[in-house]
Amino acid sequence: MDETFSLALFSGTDDKLNAAAVLTAGAAAMGRKVNVLLQYWALDAFRADRIHKDHGVAPEAGPEGIELVQRHNGQHWSEIFRQAKEIGEVTIRACSLSMEMFGLSMEDLDPLVDGQEGVAAFFVDVDGPVTFI
Amino acid sequence: MTTVQVTRTIDARGMPCPGPLMSLIGAIREGGVDDVLEVLSTDAGSRTDIPAWLLKAGHELVLIAEDDGYTRFVVRKLK
Repeated sequence: MDETFSLALFSGTDDKLNAAAVLTAGAAAMGRKVNVLLQYWALDAFRADRIHKDHGVAPEAGPEGIELVQRHNGQHWSEIFRQAKEIGEVTIRACSLSMEMFGLSMEDLDPLVDGQEGVAAFFVDVDGPVTFI
Repeated sequence: MTTVQVTRTIDARGMPCPGPLMSLIGAIREGGVDDVLEVLSTDAGSRTDIPAWLLKAGHELVLIAEDDGYTRFVVRKLK
């Protein structure tokens, strides 16, 4: 059995979430289980009422980078996560600490999010390195 | 010479990575054994990703051909 791909998402900008979604889809396609924990700004981006809003790009992009990313008309990252869940075993959970900090409950989140958990519960499914984006 | 009869064509031209592969996976799931699927893709990643996925998933890559600005993959569903 291949190692689980464990991903802790912290950043909430569209470019980083897109990169995370593409990695998730690739891992799921290649038969890996994917275990995603949403923290801080990544969790905020998964709010049902905000998921399709403009979340900007990472600071390293600079003005030219912003234009490049905006010109590249790909699928929205949420759609790539949805496809990844369709083709593979992908679990996306919200970090309960971040949920508490932002005053969120499960109803506030997009249905892509399967539940919430503490960090120890996240590590139950971790069997290799954790990628932090 | 035998010609391969294509069951279904997936025109994924213009779709960025990993769109064409995702479309192929969806079509393979919906299709039957021995179906022949053709994928048209302008995404450079498809050239490595589609063969890698086929090897892993156990389906046959019948043909890869460069056409006018895009790549054509012909795939047979084996199981």
